[in-house]
Amino acid sequence: MAVIRVQEPGLFTTVQDLGREGFGPLGVSASGATDAISLRLGNRLVGNAQGAAGLEMTLLGGTFLFRDGGLVALTGSDFGATLDGKPLELWTSFETRPGQTLRMGPTRSGARCYLCVRGGIEVRPFLGSASTHILSGLGGHEGRALQKGDVVSIGPPSGGGLEWTGKSACPAEGVRKQKLSARALQGLEARKVLRVTPGPQSDWFPEAAQRMFYESRYRVAEESNRMGIRLEGAAIPELSGGKMISEGVSLGAVQVPDGGQPIILFVEQQTTGGYPKIANVISADLHSVGQLRPRDEIRFERVAWETARSLLREQEELLASEELIIE
Amino acid sequence: MEYTFASMDTSAAEGARFQPASDQSLLITFGQEISLIAHQHVMKLLRLLQIEPIAGIRNLHPAYCSLLVKFDGIRMGHDEVEAILRQYLERLEEVKLQEPRQVEIPVCYGGEYGPDLADVCVLHGMSPGQAIELHSSATYLVYFLGFVPGFAYLGGLPKALVTQRLATPRRTVPAGSVGMAGNQTGVYPFATPGGWRLLGRTPMPMFQTDRDELSFLSIGDHVRFRPISAERFAELEKLWP
Repeated sequence: MAVIRVQEPGLFTTVQDLGREGFGPLGVSASGATDAISLRLGNRLVGNAQGAAGLEMTLLGGTFLFRDGGLVALTGSDFGATLDGKPLELWTSFETRPGQTLRMGPTRSGARCYLCVRGGIEVRPFLGSASTHILSGLGGHEGRALQKGDVVSIGPPSGGGLEWTGKSACPAEGVRKQKLSARALQGLEARKVLRVTPGPQSDWFPEAAQRMFYESRYRVAEESNRMGIRLEGAAIPELSGGKMISEGVSLGAVQVPDGGQPIILFVEQQTTGGYPKIANVISADLHSVGQLRPRDEIRFERVAWETARSLLREQEELLASEELIIE
Repeated sequence: MEYTFASMDTSAAEGARFQPASDQSLLITFGQEISLIAHQHVMKLLRLLQIEPIAGIRNLHPAYCSLLVKFDGIRMGHDEVEAILRQYLERLEEVKLQEPRQVEIPVCYGGEYGPDLADVCVLHGMSPGQAIELHSSATYLVYFLGFVPGFAYLGGLPKALVTQRLATPRRTVPAGSVGMAGNQTGVYPFATPGGWRLLGRTPMPMFQTDRDELSFLSIGDHVRFRPISAERFAELEKLWP
C-alpha cells in the first residue's frame, strides 16, 4: 500500500473529508474540512470523488515524504510549497515520484491548505467518515492531529466517478496535470465580508445592538479553532428580555455569549447551545470562514433568504461547471 | 369519539413554531419552557423522522423543547421542509415510544473527583453526605444528547441542589466528571472545557466506538446515580478501560 511519511506535521494537520452528517441525535457534530470547497476542488484535480479524505493544514504546513509517489494537488491558501526544493503551484495537480519530499512553510494568505492525493488518505472510517473530531478524539488518524513520524496510507484510486460532474464520466485514467480555471478561482475566493441571514434570536437584539453588529469590524481571536471562531470588537449589549433554553445550533451560527463578543460556531461545533444567536453565516460563505486567520478583520453583511439560497445555487453550479478545470 | 382522542397531538402541530435558523436549517419549537409534554413531542417527531426519513434532510439536533432540522438547501427550501414536517406533526399520535430504559451510573463523589462538592455544600448549608444523598436519590430523565458526543442533559435535579454554574468555566473537565448547572445534571463523556459544578466522577465510559450503542445514554432514558467508594472506582476503572 502506498504511504506518506510525516516528517514534520506542521502546526495542526488533520485528516478531513466532508464530515459526518446525521448523528446530531447522539451529540456528534459533522466535523469535516473547514474550507470544504478547497478540499472538493483538490480532489477533483487528482481525479478523486470530491468527498475523498485529504490533509487539512493550519497556518503552518508540514513536510511529507511520498515513499511511493502519487498524483497530488494543493488547494486553499498558499503555504509556500516546494517539491524537492522546487516551488509548486497551487490549484494544479502534479506527479510526485517515489522518495520525493513535499515541504510547506507558514501561510502567505489564509488559514488552511489542503493536500489531496489520488486515491485519497485512507483511515478507518468512524460513522461513515474519515474526518477527525479533535475534541472527542474520534475519526481521522487515531483521532488526533498528525505527529512527526506518522505514516498515513493512500487509498486505491477509486475512479471517483460517483460524484464527478465534470466533462468526462470517469476521470480516473490519464489524469495528469489539471489546473483550476481563473474564473473558478475568482468566483470561489475567500471573503472577509461574511454574508449572514438572521439567527433564531435576532429579534431579541434591539436595533442599536443590531446596528453595532453590522457596522463594526471584528478581529479573529487567537483562541479560534475548528469548534468556533471567537471574535473581538464592539461588545453587543446584554439582553434584558428572553430566557434562552438550549437548542440545536446550525453551522455558522453567530452566538452572543455573556460579554457580547460574538462566536461563529464551526465544523466541530457543539450540537446544541444556550446562547442567543444574532445571525448565521450563509452556506456559500462558510468556506471563507475556514480561511480566517487570527487577527484577520471581518465584517458582517445581512442578505435576504432568497439571496442566500441563490448564492449557494450559483456556487454549486460553478463547482459543477465544465469550465472549472482546464487540462 | 376518536375526535377527543386526537386532540392532544393536534395541539402539538398547532403549538409548534417554525423558524429558519440558517439558509439550510429550520428550528421547530414546542412551547417556551422545558416540559415533559414538549419533550414527548421532540422524541416522537425525532422517532418518526428516523423511521421515515425525508430525502434531503441531513441531520437532526434535538434539545429540551425543540428540534433543529438541517436540510440540503439546493434540493429544498424552508417552506417545503415546513410543509412536510407539519404533516409529520399531524401523525405524532401514532408514534409509540418505548418504555424508558432504567440505567444506573456509579459515581465516586467528592475529593479529587468532585472538586466543587464542598462549595455546593457551603452554598446550600448542607453536609457532603446530604448533598450526595440528594443527588443519588433522584431519578433523572435524559432530555437529549448534545454539546459533545454522548453528553446527556438530565432533568429532575432536586430543588435543594439547584446551583448556578461556575462564574469562570474550567479549561478542562476530566472525562467522566459528574456535574450540575442550574437545574440540570450530567456526565462529561470527554475531557472538554466546562462550567458545570463537579460533584464526582464515574469510571463508566459514556461514549465508546467499539460497541453498537455508541452512547451509554439515550434520549428518554431514566437515570440514577449510585455512590461508590474510591476503591470501587479503581476496580471498575480497570474493568472499563
